[in-house]
Amino acid sequence: MATLLDKLWAAHEIRAEHGQSLLWVDRHLVHEGSHHAFAKLAERGLEVAEPGLTFGVADHYAPTRNRARIDDPQVAMMLERLESNCARHGIRLFGLHDPRQGIVHVLGPEQGLTLPGLLINCGDSHTSTHGAFGALGFGIGATQVAHVLATQTIWQARPRAMRIRFEGTAGLAVAAKDMALHWISQLGTGGAAGHAVEYAGSAVRALSMEGRMTLCNLSIEGGARFGMVAPDAVTMAYVKGRTMAPKGADWDAAAAYWQTLQSDADAVFDREVSFDMAEVAPTVTWGTTPDQALPIGASLPDPARLEGAQAEAARDAMDYMGLTPGRPLEGTPVDQVFLGSCTNGRIDDLRAAAAVLRGRKAKVPGLVSPGSMLVKRQAEAEGLDKVFTEAGLEWTASGCSMCVGMNGDLVAPGKRCASSTNRNFRGRQGKGARTHLMSPAMVAAAAVTGTLTDVRPLLEGRG
Amino acid sequence: MAGWSIHEGQAVVLDRRDVDTDQLIPARFMSASRAEGYGRFLLHDLREGDAEFPLRRHPEASVLIAGPNFGCGSSREAAVYALVDAGIRVVVAESFADIFAGNAVNNGLLTIATPEAAALRAAIGMGTAPACIDLASRRLSVAGSEQSFELTETAQAKLINGWDDIDLTRAHAGEIRNFRDRRKTDHAWTWPSR
Ligand code: SF4
Repeated sequence: MATLLDKLWAAHEIRAEHGQSLLWVDRHLVHEGSHHAFAKLAERGLEVAEPGLTFGVADHYAPTRNRARIDDPQVAMMLERLESNCARHGIRLFGLHDPRQGIVHVLGPEQGLTLPGLLINCGDSHTSTHGAFGALGFGIGATQVAHVLATQTIWQARPRAMRIRFEGTAGLAVAAKDMALHWISQLGTGGAAGHAVEYAGSAVRALSMEGRMTLCNLSIEGGARFGMVAPDAVTMAYVKGRTMAPKGADWDAAAAYWQTLQSDADAVFDREVSFDMAEVAPTVTWGTTPDQALPIGASLPDPARLEGAQAEAARDAMDYMGLTPGRPLEGTPVDQVFLGSCTNGRIDDLRAAAAVLRGRKAKVPGLVSPGSMLVKRQAEAEGLDKVFTEAGLEWTASGCSMCVGMNGDLVAPGKRCASSTNRNFRGRQGKGARTHLMSPAMVAAAAVTGTLTDVRPLLEGRG
Repeated sequence: MAGWSIHEGQAVVLDRRDVDTDQLIPARFMSASRAEGYGRFLLHDLREGDAEFPLRRHPEASVLIAGPNFGCGSSREAAVYALVDAGIRVVVAESFADIFAGNAVNNGLLTIATPEAAALRAAIGMGTAPACIDLASRRLSVAGSEQSFELTETAQAKLINGWDDIDLTRAHAGEIRNFRDRRKTDHAWTWPSR
């Protein structure tokens, strides 16, 4: 009667004391932001315990336009620091000019570094993405990054187990992003705090690995550090043959073990929530927290009709977002669009956006940054880049780009952006930027009409 | 990092819920090295245009009374550095994001999660109030009210002694080595193939 969480936890626990477990880390991914951790290591004269299980990725500061010459000295310094830290410790780096470079949560799965049954850490909160394979993936802070570098282990209190089910069939243009925004809007940004979420139900089983990654990625926006989906045939098919995935006898042993990685039928969860797919529509955020989200057909809330702190938060958010209470969400003009990020920068996402944009022009400017250089090449092989550029959008190299703006891809103050990313926080995409989160297809629809729009009519008559 | 067991200081209110890490420290400041000091980045864009901002009016404050879901968002420990370098030792709120709370303990910053936070915000308002926090007895007194708070043994020991997990963990080096060897035999596939 064990949950998937129980099984994964037990498989990694070295010791337990005072309510904390010391866990073995199978993969540790570092990026430019890990410089604080390397500095801590240097301060103490420590070496990296397992360079063979540690991988470096240039993504947060990766320029998406010109890689030959980096004008911003700060960006250049961050990339150089990562390079020298990886070189100094013998860590394999997927650097700026590596043909496999990409966002850490896109690259890991793509390279076969992410596997069912592993414990994966990265100094980034969206490490929950990797749980889509039936792994323990969770984000950690710089002190913990230094700890993993030095010991290949991490202290962690076991979260409570929560199961979120999605039953039924997804309606037209309803994507994993909509499922995630839906549950977060229902349970709140702290709704799953202290819990590891296992996603289950027929609609989760029906998702591709890309969709499952989107769902697990956004777990943290509902407060959960861990999101998980039990591995199945879809998982196996995705992993098999990836560069660093197990081969031969190792594959057989792994595949046999992975069969056991699911919650037992009689497993008891601390919390269970269930959603009917009939209730999930294309969803858009209107505020400055991911739970301030509504189906595209809805009207903005009226703070006067909310209570206490809720009302204040809504008033505050609407003020920042420049929106009028009670008005319909649909039709709100946008200034630009962004397609990309570790949430929705995978090939499935680009295909979904291109299906809307094909043969159409964008009314507003926009940036498309594929989640990895492999995604970029795949998209180009399918001619998707042409669809984007012919629509008038900019097709760039891979990186975190406008999700966080560290590389200089920013939304200007007061500008409104329809974005496939994960955070609509104040200033996230740039100081004063106004972000609306939505699925890639919905971003494409916003590009075509220049407003927040229901994508469904735009798909009529399209395969 | 130096440990502490009793803190006395002034409490100030940040009357907002969901204060995320992008607000605590905007991304553009995150390439600075810690030695440069992170205090000036704290809540930079919120306080910049607001002369009435609590931390501007009371820069001496060391206890922050905030709203629910404090520290949500990214794992950036720089959010904690900004608080600590600005002189904050304790944050009180209804609830905290998990990663933030973990990062805080690792940097000597105490987070107290209590439903009383709302009452404290109301009592202190725009002013300040003297506050005293005792880690050993897990007591918080502020604005004339006194209450106990929850703190795990581990967090308590780390805050009081200024302990660092790396030292603690290295005491278990033998156990870790055994675990690694067993994993390599039983689950060889967990090492990446090249
Ligand atoms: S794309 Fe955005 S959320 Fe994802 S790792 Fe990069 S900055 Fe973080």
